[in-house]
Amino acid sequence: MTQPSDSSALGSQGRSSGLRARLFSPTALQKMLAFGSLILLLIFFSFASPSFMQMDNMLGILQATAVNGVLAIACTFVIITGGIDLSVGTLMTFTAVICGVFLTNWHFPMWIGVLAAIGTGALCGSISGTLTAKMKIPPFIATLGMMMLLKGLSLVVSADKPIYFTDTDNFSMISQDSLIAYFLPSVPIPNAVLILFFLAIASSITLNRTALGRYTFALGSNEEAVRLSGVNVDRWKIAIYSLGGAICGIAGLLIASRLNSAQPALGQGYELEAIAAVVIGGTSLSGGSGTILGTIIGAFIMSVLTNGLRIMSVAQEWQIVVTGLIIILAVYADILRRRKS
Amino acid sequence: MTPLISVKKLSKSFPGVRALHDIQFDLVAGEVHTLMGENGAGKSTLMKILAGVYTRDSGEIVYDGQPVDFQSPREAQALGVCIIHQELQLMNHLSVAQNMFIGREPRGRLGVFLDEDKLNKQASEILARMHMNLDPRAIVSTLTVAKQQMVEIAKALSFDSRVLIMDEPTSALNDAEIAELFRIIRELKSGGVGIIYISHKMDELKQISDRVTVLRDGEYVATVNAQDTSVETIIGMMVGRTLTDAEPSQRGTDKGEVALEVNHLNAGPLVRDVSFALHKGEILGFAGLMGAGRTEVARAVFGADPVESGEIIVNGVKATIRTPSDAVRRGIGYLSEDRKRFGLATGMDVESNIVMSNLSKFLSFNFFLRRNQMRKTASHFIKLLGIRTPSATQTVRLLSGGNQQKIVIAKWLERDCDVLFFDEPTRGIDVGAKSEIYKLLRELAGQGKAIVMISSELPEVLRMSDRIVVMCEGRITGELSAAEATQERIMQLATRRETLKAA
Repeated sequence: MTQPSDSSALGSQGRSSGLRARLFSPTALQKMLAFGSLILLLIFFSFASPSFMQMDNMLGILQATAVNGVLAIACTFVIITGGIDLSVGTLMTFTAVICGVFLTNWHFPMWIGVLAAIGTGALCGSISGTLTAKMKIPPFIATLGMMMLLKGLSLVVSADKPIYFTDTDNFSMISQDSLIAYFLPSVPIPNAVLILFFLAIASSITLNRTALGRYTFALGSNEEAVRLSGVNVDRWKIAIYSLGGAICGIAGLLIASRLNSAQPALGQGYELEAIAAVVIGGTSLSGGSGTILGTIIGAFIMSVLTNGLRIMSVAQEWQIVVTGLIIILAVYADILRRRKS
Repeated sequence: MTPLISVKKLSKSFPGVRALHDIQFDLVAGEVHTLMGENGAGKSTLMKILAGVYTRDSGEIVYDGQPVDFQSPREAQALGVCIIHQELQLMNHLSVAQNMFIGREPRGRLGVFLDEDKLNKQASEILARMHMNLDPRAIVSTLTVAKQQMVEIAKALSFDSRVLIMDEPTSALNDAEIAELFRIIRELKSGGVGIIYISHKMDELKQISDRVTVLRDGEYVATVNAQDTSVETIIGMMVGRTLTDAEPSQRGTDKGEVALEVNHLNAGPLVRDVSFALHKGEILGFAGLMGAGRTEVARAVFGADPVESGEIIVNGVKATIRTPSDAVRRGIGYLSEDRKRFGLATGMDVESNIVMSNLSKFLSFNFFLRRNQMRKTASHFIKLLGIRTPSATQTVRLLSGGNQQKIVIAKWLERDCDVLFFDEPTRGIDVGAKSEIYKLLRELAGQGKAIVMISSELPEVLRMSDRIVVMCEGRITGELSAAEATQERIMQLATRRETLKAA
């Protein structure tokens, strides 16, 4: 402030080049690439099948994206640190089961069940984080172990049977009711989508505007340099995995509410869909870069694809084949843009 | 004599930076042509264009009478232009011969299996031709850096190279190894190979170079004969002014109180029973040969490596330091010799790196980043240290070595540490930026900070230090005051090993 001439010169220069840089930066191009693909897919399917653009179908897509989108947000944090979390799918199931135990077996009020699910998620995430940060187990192995461990625990705790939320009438409202319908009855977007939307905004702010977010990027960029800067790397890493776990707890609530039951056998395979959404959204698997918006777009690409192919009556086997191809294509596009920059 | 390579009007830009502008350069067979310039002057860019790593924006390159346009290092290699990077590019788990002939392995009769015998034979022929004492079967990771560099040279020769580009080949070598390298270079010269040599060391220039081309800020300055041009003239051309390098820095006269005391520290084979005291306002030099354990001492005190035993006392209080964050909390900072690996998150911007060690100061509600505050701090240091960057949001990777080093220094200044370990603070930094860093160190000491400076360059240690501690093989072998220290005294102590063994 004391040297107006200097700071203003710097500022204006920063601004003009900043805007251009922001529009044409590699990450922005990648985002536009993913977004463009999503639009192309929407156009293609709406021509291919008249029922695709129906309100019911659109709501179906939104509803289907909610769970995968939330899990993908959890994965985004961990992947930007240069790690990976394979346990998000079974952790989601485990938190749903724990929620069921609290509400149905122990008859607690709903808000305690919600807290239990999120808390369990954070606790399990902190275990994964501790395994990687303190015990130096590679994240792939640590979370692979957690994935299987949690799958087993879900079956044990639930005695291998679905837990129905018979005690808690309102539980299904978390996901299926629509707050928006009270204001706009013609677009009954389910709450699950609203939750995804708000979570995405909160996560994006966390990633870009907080110390936690800054360290998430820094760890993926050069962990050793961060450590030698005197930062308690282990603590932040555990915090990031815990945050991911807590978000899995939210996913657990969403899926339990949608099915109005906790299905202990569910969950495996969800982690790969979530990671696929993250990668399609342009987050680098080697860490250091990525965005929540990209991840959300990635999640939508996956569910639009599944939905559209189904509406076109493509056999389910082939739907899986196409999804695989899209993932390979997305990663290749990412590599191409890296080579250019 | 027609030149082997001639470059005319060469230009190259990167986003936000004009790296080269209208450069000219030529190389004749059998000469060593040194490229000099401050960091960011464009030496590396020019060299990488010649080796096919980058492609040029405009201009002309004539190689062997033909205009060429190398699109890849492979293409350049095939025509006989090879580059040896400062960071060696070898496969550590493979043998010497396997490294030399990677991708061109001789095949056996069926054309399916590799002929390992023939491979080793071809390799030993080349090694023998250069009188290199290397076993083609040795695994590269077991070799010293100097030997690994020989492998790179031998590999280049196996391509029948006529142009060899060497980027600071002596930066990690000791004197004996440098002599051996120079012997090989002379042998290459007599074989008609043209060598483009990049270095910051002036004495090497006189020893090995025939001609010198100086670049400054991406522009061509001049080409001169190495033998009949004085070092001062060349430095003057590099920085665009004449440096009065000889001026001795004024030293802190009265000792302040003890800021850091280390007693009987042990940590691995390279830190044995190390004790020293560091006073406020002084610069304590750590001298010694490569591998004497100076970096290891710094890392142990800083908590980056585990300590076996010993006592660390900070400002009179016994301190338990197990992690770098413990050390930083007690006001100790460490600037690593390898800033890319240990000092910077090079994929992030200038601002993020500067505030990295002190991020908690820039939070509101202990959670949200105060970005205006961060931007202001970054701008302050950019101006204070003269960091040349288009903006505070420039990615650090795109800046030159000297500017990267200043960012690391800014990071620790921002943290306001009382005790600072500078590990090879001027490594890979040009003359102009060097004297800025010296001035900065002196100013910091003047403000009462306690500074340890680890350096392998004796003139630097002698010039900067108030006291000098000399190490050899993990032990402190002596301590000298600035008045009694000479290069000879230091070298005696640094090689104390022989006398000990003899006794």
